Amino acid sequence: MDNGKELLVSKIANGTVIDHINASRSLIVLKILNIRGTEGFRIAIVMNAPSTRMGKKDIVKLENYYPKDEDVQKISLIAQDATINIIKDYKVIKKYKVEIPKKIKGLLRCNNPTCITRKPDEQVTSTFTLINREKIMYQCDYCGSILTENDIIKDLTGEMK
Amino acid sequence: MWKGRDVINILDFSRNDLEVLFEKADYMRKNQYRLKNELSDIIIGLAFFEPSTRTRMSFETAAKRLGAETVGFVSEEATSIAKGESFSDTIRMLDSYVDLIVVRHKYEGAALLASNIAEKPIINAGDGKSHHPTQAMLDLYTTKTLFNTIDGLTFAFIGDLKYSRTVSSLIFGLTAFNPKEIILISPSSLRLREEIRLVAEERGLRLREEENIEAISDADVIYVTRIQKERFPDLQEYERVRGSYRINKELLDKYAKDDAKVLHALPRIDELSRDIDDTKFQAYFTQARLGIPIRMALLSLVLKGE
Repeated sequence: MDNGKELLVSKIANGTVIDHINASRSLIVLKILNIRGTEGFRIAIVMNAPSTRMGKKDIVKLENYYPKDEDVQKISLIAQDATINIIKDYKVIKKYKVEIPKKIKGLLRCNNPTCITRKPDEQVTSTFTLINREKIMYQCDYCGSILTENDIIKDLTGEMK
Repeated sequence: MWKGRDVINILDFSRNDLEVLFEKADYMRKNQYRLKNELSDIIIGLAFFEPSTRTRMSFETAAKRLGAETVGFVSEEATSIAKGESFSDTIRMLDSYVDLIVVRHKYEGAALLASNIAEKPIINAGDGKSHHPTQAMLDLYTTKTLFNTIDGLTFAFIGDLKYSRTVSSLIFGLTAFNPKEIILISPSSLRLREEIRLVAEERGLRLREEENIEAISDADVIYVTRIQKERFPDLQEYERVRGSYRINKELLDKYAKDDAKVLHALPRIDELSRDIDDTKFQAYFTQARLGIPIRMALLSLVLKGE
């Protein structure tokens, strides 16, 4: 995670470090996790840090914050190479790489306004299937519309109408 | 195997499934007036949440020719939907009344949702701009009846290729066969949607996009579509493209192959001139007529099996 040369912020005692976020996407990651800074816990954001594997990367350190499964799924859609480090007493007690899901249930909204999953009062859970792992494209199981990575970011950050 | 299957998307059906259907439809055509006992123990639910003339009447006629009874409605206004009942609840109720449900809805994915809810088979009679599998089965059957084959033929699709579910379903249906080429003629704003193109190309169809109507000269089947006002999110856009293409006798005489046939799911507005009606090119009335035997075959296969 840290190699000394790029250690710009101090270690956290307890919480989560999200490493290997695609460069400049850390603010989007915070946004989709609905973290605004008003929660009170300490947050460190490192943007465009050098990375041997990725060239540049972002890192987010969140004190006393632990992501739920749904949060990890959201992160995987925005930062496909991210690693999640869970910290207890300054030690990494769990470390894993996010995995882009083959199926997404309920998390995303279809971009087609006349998809049955968007019919008011119908209460249908949206489901999407991954159709292109490299380009991050999902297809709505109900109407067949395709969500691109951009659509997903817009949806998760609340920029989609 | 047909018995008990939902008919939601024509991609779910293999070439063999479709050939079994066509064979059954041939049988129905020959015997259509002598099959009153075939489904005499059956009640079919016709749930048309969106207006329909041909599809609804052909399903109803097909059911009655086989001796089945039908119940249902033809618009949301006449149902409890108007009182605020959800689509899911309406389907759940109908599922407990009838043996098979035919569904049409303006929302894409409605038929799939119905099939997730209902235990009885669901036949999709059109869901928004997504699928119209029984129209595609009819169009393939019409083609096979006219040309004695589907393989090796060139199909030209003209008009609204973006919102037309008959076009996307027929293109999906053609992936089960080996047509020579698919020519897509439309204004640039009404081109085939990406998700349809991806599937078609992945399954080996050769697609060619054109804006000029002269491109029909290579086609055996000329498939004309209505520019559907009801599908446009923006009416100004509709006004811009309506009347983009008007197929008439003069144009066909000039460009079309001698033995080319014109199909149209009907209703037509001004995209298909009436002066074609009495020419050798006209096949859309044949197509409409074959809607009965193909739907008789479909109902019989889904309810009673091969």
